Amino acid sequence: MNFEYAAAPESRSVVKIDPVYGHFINGKWVTGTSHFNSINPATEEVLSSIALGTSADVDAAVKAARNAFDKSWSKLSGRERGKYLFRIARIMQERAREFAVLETLDNGKPIRESRDVDVPLSAAHFFYHAGWADKLEFAGVGTTTTPHGVVGQIIPWNFPLLMLAWKVAPALATGNTVVLKPAETTSLTALLFAQVCQQAGLPEGVVNIVTGDGSTGAAIVNHPGIDKIAFTGSTDVGKLIARAVSATNKSLTLELGGKGANIVFGDAAIDEAVEGIVNGIFFNQGHVCCAGSRLILQENIADEVLEKLKRRMEKIRVGDPLDKNTDLGAINSAEQLAKIHELTAAGDTEGAARWSPNCALPDKGFWFAPTIFTGVTQAHRIAREEIFGPVLSVLTFRTPNEAIEKANNTPFGLSAGIWSEKGSNILWATQQLRAGVIWANTFNKFDPASPFGGYKESGWGREGGRHGLSAYLKGSAK
Amino acid sequence: MSGRLEVMKTYKLYINGAFPRTESGRSYEIKSHSGEFLANACLASRKDLRDAVVAARAAQPGWAKATAYNRGQIIYRIAEMLEGRADQFAQEISLQTGATAKESLQEVSEAVDLLVWYAGWSDKLPSLAGATNPVSGPFYNFTVPEALGVVGVIAPIEKPLFGFVAAIAPILVSGNTAIALASSSAPLSAISFAEVVATSDLPNGVLNILSGQQSELAPWFASHMDIDGLDISGLAVDQHGTIKEAGVENLKRISSFAETAEPGRILAFMEAKTVWHPIGN
Repeated sequence: MNFEYAAAPESRSVVKIDPVYGHFINGKWVTGTSHFNSINPATEEVLSSIALGTSADVDAAVKAARNAFDKSWSKLSGRERGKYLFRIARIMQERAREFAVLETLDNGKPIRESRDVDVPLSAAHFFYHAGWADKLEFAGVGTTTTPHGVVGQIIPWNFPLLMLAWKVAPALATGNTVVLKPAETTSLTALLFAQVCQQAGLPEGVVNIVTGDGSTGAAIVNHPGIDKIAFTGSTDVGKLIARAVSATNKSLTLELGGKGANIVFGDAAIDEAVEGIVNGIFFNQGHVCCAGSRLILQENIADEVLEKLKRRMEKIRVGDPLDKNTDLGAINSAEQLAKIHELTAAGDTEGAARWSPNCALPDKGFWFAPTIFTGVTQAHRIAREEIFGPVLSVLTFRTPNEAIEKANNTPFGLSAGIWSEKGSNILWATQQLRAGVIWANTFNKFDPASPFGGYKESGWGREGGRHGLSAYLKGSAK
Repeated sequence: MSGRLEVMKTYKLYINGAFPRTESGRSYEIKSHSGEFLANACLASRKDLRDAVVAARAAQPGWAKATAYNRGQIIYRIAEMLEGRADQFAQEISLQTGATAKESLQEVSEAVDLLVWYAGWSDKLPSLAGATNPVSGPFYNFTVPEALGVVGVIAPIEKPLFGFVAAIAPILVSGNTAIALASSSAPLSAISFAEVVATSDLPNGVLNILSGQQSELAPWFASHMDIDGLDISGLAVDQHGTIKEAGVENLKRISSFAETAEPGRILAFMEAKTVWHPIGN
C-alpha cells in the first residue's frame, strides 16, 4: 500500500514581519547604520532587512546593560526577578504559534519541530529558571549567589529561539543583564523576543539584542565592559573566543561542535533503534551539535539495521517546512549547503559508499536529501569532521571495547547514544563514553532541568539544570 | 659534628612510580635560605613532562575505576605516611624557606589534615554535585560528576609542601591522574613527598612529580594536547593569560584557586555527564 500525503501547510498569516529591523537597546528600537537581508532558506524569499551591528551599537548595548545591572536588576529581589521570567514564559506560550511559524520561515526547520520542540522548550526554559531566581543559595557546591554582571551571549542559527532561551533565562534568573547577538541568518525570533520583553515590562536595558555578523560578535567578545561570554557555535570560533578572552577577567562558557557516536549493540531492539537513528541524525536537518552523526553498528546486526534504516529513510518527507507533514526541511543557508556538499564529496573521494532515498527536492531554496555513507573508516573526514547536515557515517564493531574505542576516538565529546536491551551493558557503556550527554535507548532529548554540554573540545560548562545555572554565578575557581 | 659523614639524598623525579633522573641530565642547585648548598635538583625537560603524561594517561582509567572508598583510603594512607615523617619534612621546609621549626611543623600538620579532609570527599562529593533531573517526559535522567582525566599542576612557590598537597589532593581524589611541577625554588619537599606517595598504595603513574623551572615548563603543560586540565595557582597572575591562551588548542580546563580546603577545587577538574533512559514496559 502506498500512502500519499496531501499538503497541510501551516498559515503564515499569524506572523507580521517588518521590512526592516533595528537593534533592541535599552528597551528601545535603535535604527541600524547598515543592513543585510534575512531570507527564507526554503524559498530564497527575502523576509526582512536586518541591522548590521557595529562596535558603537555593541558599546551602547553594553552601557545600557551595565546601567540596568547597577540601577535596577541587581537591586531587585530574586523573587521579583523570577516573576519577570515567569511572565516571559507565559507570553511565549501565548504567542507560541507566532514564534513557531516565524522560526520555520527564518530557519527552514519543519513546523512540526518548531511547534513541538523549539518553542515549548524555550518557554519551559524560562519557566524553569524563573523558579531558581529566589533560590540561588541552593544552586550548588562551590558557587556563590553573586552574578557576574553584564553577560555577552552569541548564539547559533540551528535553534535560534531555543538557544536564546538557554542563554537568556539562566542569565536573568541569576541577576545578570544581557547583550545578545543572534546568528546572522536567523535574527527574527530574537527580535520577536524583544517584543516579549517589552510586553513583560522587563526593565530597560536588562536584555539588549544587537543583530549582525561575526564582526558584531567580535565586538561583544572584545568589549571591556562585559564580564562573561557565553557562546554556542563551532569549535573553531569557540577557540578564537577563548584565545581572545584568555588574558582578561572575563568568564567563558562554550557549547561547541560534536561528532556523536550512536552505538547499536547486537541485543538492541532493532525497530526502536532505527527510529532513534533517524531522530539522531535527521532531526533539524542534522543541524544539531549533538547529532548522532556516527552510527556504530555491531557486525552481527549491521545488515539488518541498514536494510531497515534505508526502508525507513524512504518514508522521510522532505520539502516545504511549513507543511505539517514535513520531516526534513531546508538547509539553513547556501553557505552551509556548500559545506555539506564539500564534506560528502570527500566521503565519495575517500571511498565510502553513499546512499540516499529517491526523493524530489524543491527547485528553489537550499536542500540536501537524507544520506548515509557505509564503509566508513575512522580516518575518513566524514567520520572525523562535523558535517552539520542530514548525513550519517556508518561504522561497525565486533566487541564492546571496540565500540567504545571508536566512539571516543574524536576530539569532540558532546553526545553519544547506546542501543541495548541489557541494563548492565548500558551502564557500562555509559561509564566508558567520554561525552557530556548520553542517550540510552533514546536520542536528542532535551529538558531545562537536565544539564547539557560537552567533554573535551565540545566546550566548557553546562547549560540547563543546577549545573547550567552555576555558570552564571561567580564561583570559587577564578 | 661527630666524625661521621652524613649520607646525602639524591633528589630525583617521580614518574610512573619510579625515581628517574631527568632525561636531560641537567640539574640546578638548591640552596638553603641562608645560602648553603642543599642539593642538586633535577631540571626537568619537556621530554620528562611528556614521559610523565604518558604514565598519567595510562594510569587514569584504572584509578578512576577504583571505588571512591578505595581512593579515599589511599589518600588517607598518604596522610598517615606523611604524619610519620613530620619532623623530617619540617626540617626540610625550614632549610629551604627559613621558616622556624614551629612554623614548618605547622605546615606539615596542615598538609596532613588537608589530605584527610580531601580523602573524605571521595565518596561524598558525587552525591552533592550530581543530580537526578525531573525532566518532562517518561525518562529517568541523572547527572554524575566524573574525573576529567589527566591534570597538570604548577604548584605554588611558597609553602612547598602544603601548597603542593593542596593542589594535588583535590585532583587525585576524584579519579584524575596528575603531573605536578614542584615549587621551583623549594622543590625538595615535593620530591620527598614522592617517597610518601610511593609507600601509600597509590598506583604507579597516578601522581608524577617534576622539579624544574616554571618559566621553562609551564608553557609545555599548557600546550600539551593530552593534558585535560591545569591548575595554575602556583603561577604569577601576570602569566595566567599567556598560559590560558596556550591551553586553548585542546580547550584545556585551566583554573587557579585562592582557597585550599574547597570542594570547588575538586569540581574544577571533573566533568558532568548526563544520562537519559526511557521508562516503560
